Amino acid sequence: MSWMGPREDAENAFKVRLSLRTALGDKAYAWDTNEEYLFKAMVAFSMRRVPNREGTEISHVLLCNVTQRVSFWFVVTDPSRNHTLPAVEVQSAIRLPLVAVSGGCSSLRMNRNRINNAFFLNDQTLEFLRIPATLAPPTDPSVPIWIIIFGVIFCIVIVATMLLILSGIRQHRRKNKGPSEMEDTEDKWENTVKIENGIPCDPLDMKGGHVNDAFVTEDERLTPL
Amino acid sequence: MDEARPLWATPLQFVFACISYAVGLGNVWRFPYLCQMYGGGSFLVPYIIMLTVEGMPLLYLELAVGQRMRQGSIGAWRTINPYLSGVGVASVVVSFFLSMYYNVINAWAFWYLFHSFQDPLPWSVCPLNGNRTGYDEECEKASSTQYFWYRKTLNISPSIQESGAVQWEPALCLILAWLLVYLCILRGTESTGKVVYFTALLPYCVLIVYLVRGLTLHGATNGLAYMFTPKMEQLANPKAWINAATQIFFSLGLGFGSLIAFASYNEPSNNCQKHAVIVSIINSSTSIFASVVTFSIYGFKATFNYESCLNKVILLLTNSFDLEDGFLTVSNLEEVKSYLASAYPSKYSEVFPQIKNCSLESELETAVQGTGLAFIVYTEAIKNMEVSQLWSVLYFFMLLMLGIGSMLGNTAAILTPLTDSKVISSYLPKEAISGLVCLVSCAIGLVFTMEAGNYWFDIFNDYAATLPLLLIVLVEAAAVCYLYGLRRFESDLKAMTGHALNWYWKAMWGGVSPLLIISLFVFYLSDYIITGTLQYQAWDASQGQLVTKDYPPYALAIIGLLVASSTMCIPLGALGTFIVRRLKRRDTASVA
Repeated sequence: MSWMGPREDAENAFKVRLSLRTALGDKAYAWDTNEEYLFKAMVAFSMRRVPNREGTEISHVLLCNVTQRVSFWFVVTDPSRNHTLPAVEVQSAIRLPLVAVSGGCSSLRMNRNRINNAFFLNDQTLEFLRIPATLAPPTDPSVPIWIIIFGVIFCIVIVATMLLILSGIRQHRRKNKGPSEMEDTEDKWENTVKIENGIPCDPLDMKGGHVNDAFVTEDERLTPL
Repeated sequence: MDEARPLWATPLQFVFACISYAVGLGNVWRFPYLCQMYGGGSFLVPYIIMLTVEGMPLLYLELAVGQRMRQGSIGAWRTINPYLSGVGVASVVVSFFLSMYYNVINAWAFWYLFHSFQDPLPWSVCPLNGNRTGYDEECEKASSTQYFWYRKTLNISPSIQESGAVQWEPALCLILAWLLVYLCILRGTESTGKVVYFTALLPYCVLIVYLVRGLTLHGATNGLAYMFTPKMEQLANPKAWINAATQIFFSLGLGFGSLIAFASYNEPSNNCQKHAVIVSIINSSTSIFASVVTFSIYGFKATFNYESCLNKVILLLTNSFDLEDGFLTVSNLEEVKSYLASAYPSKYSEVFPQIKNCSLESELETAVQGTGLAFIVYTEAIKNMEVSQLWSVLYFFMLLMLGIGSMLGNTAAILTPLTDSKVISSYLPKEAISGLVCLVSCAIGLVFTMEAGNYWFDIFNDYAATLPLLLIVLVEAAAVCYLYGLRRFESDLKAMTGHALNWYWKAMWGGVSPLLIISLFVFYLSDYIITGTLQYQAWDASQGQLVTKDYPPYALAIIGLLVASSTMCIPLGALGTFIVRRLKRRDTASVA
């Protein structure tokens, strides 16, 4: 059905494009006049929620130029059928208002969702070509996640470093309290070094009742890779 | 009685330390690139030849020197010949430069690792622009992964002159990276020896997991076929051979003094010949293994992009001509295009400029290396996998292990000579020396977290180590063979390990390897001279791509300083020793 009317109507017309096969695959239904009737009903329903437009009827919504794609144009006329409703009104009925609404569904956004759901489609497969879907802002948590993980690992590393340094200092002090007559500054380091090894290299450094570590070293040397 | 020296608890620790040091990021991000550029499967021929002729002999040489001299690089070379103390100092200087900039990579790996715990991955979507009507402009022009790397991670400035401020986020990650390195080297071989079990083995676990995943990805075979198809004509290209030699040389980490440091903690009777062969073979196999993984990922990414490109074209045509949804498929695309061109010529010519020519070949041919491969190409492939957070965490954890493993070797190269020196170790305990070195490197490394930091990083990466190392290793090989004497070294080794030296090693050390290094050196020098001004790639935010720019004069001066400060150590060391000896002789003469 084409509309006759002043050319301003072209400004108030919207192109709609559906991608049934992309959305539904094998379960895609055929687009016939009944589906078109449902579409007109959804648009009229959306318009009725706009203040002052509660009287919109299905017959006020006009579809035109349906192609194989499936795509078509539609306008909404006023009750007297003389002129078409301005695009802004139709847009506001279908999409999110310009004022940002926090949280999930606003009552107006629900119109778009309900139109989508009536046809089992979504924003990408049922496109209103002059009504861009507003991009959902990403949810930013108050503290970025990476800082939390960074903090955890940082603390672990610092604690481990402190423990190692402290145990090193403690071993160092214990060596100092040991037989000190043989020691000058260099030997002190070699002692700590020797012990740190786990295998005391100096066989004279025996404590009573210990295994003779010189033999241990010998075995280790012969152990094949 | 010999002064006791810390030892590796088992020889296995030593092997793992060498593997963990040699197997680094270069195996993952440089070798696949070279393979792709120089003929795929046929690149393996020059690679393996260079491994046997250059890699193994020089690695064995360094390990043998370290094990025999039982000191870090400075002490070892001074013992070989007092005039060679400059060689050791040059190694330490180069290691110092390397550790300054190498840890920044670990900082970036940390950054990406921490960001992998989000859904969706932050580099998979573009952020919205100011008024929420569309996506950020820079992100649209480039891709979301490039945007995340250049804008969110680096916050890169348009040129090296505009330094910008230190970015606190990468700076924090850098501090964490240095703390982790300090923790690992704190107690010397005792702590390092335990850490290398992880840093050597864990990357292999991840690589195996990735191999299985990579081979099962859709389109992986495209990448593998592309890579392994040998292009035999590349064998005639001298650049292929030169790059194979260079890759072997730098991949094993020769000349930094790390291998000498590690080997100095060995038992003198350790069979370092066997270990040298094992380490070099494992290093090269890892490179090949990593490139299999990389190419299956490449194939997946290329196929994915190719198919999205085709889908975009299909959508464009379907919408412009209002064709039935689902009518246009990949198989009938060409015939429908020609039909539309003939049936609706005017409308088709309007749409035509927007139709991209999708080509799988061109997607596969985008050869990338370095940080671009690791942080842009891989992340692009990962974001398209299922459970992408898991793959991302695994991947960056592996990068971290590889990087930390190499850092352990670098810091060992610096610290071993310092702790060997009686002067310094009498004043400060080992923990304090390590702490100081880490602190200084971290402070200087903050330069690389500035907005122009990545450009300085590239300078260090390209120039700090390449020429100096070639010279250092050349002098090392010549010194052992001709100054110290090959026969004397041979008898030393025999006394130490109990095995005789095979004629093969003698031939390589005496002749072939030094000749190879000389030719590499000459090639690089002439390449630098012929190219004239040096250029770099700068990120242009307005275009969303890299542009080539010239280095400003002060950057060129710094490059020159970098190269000179390490290479000049060799002659200066010799000169210094000569002067000291002259003075001593004069003193003794005057006393007598």
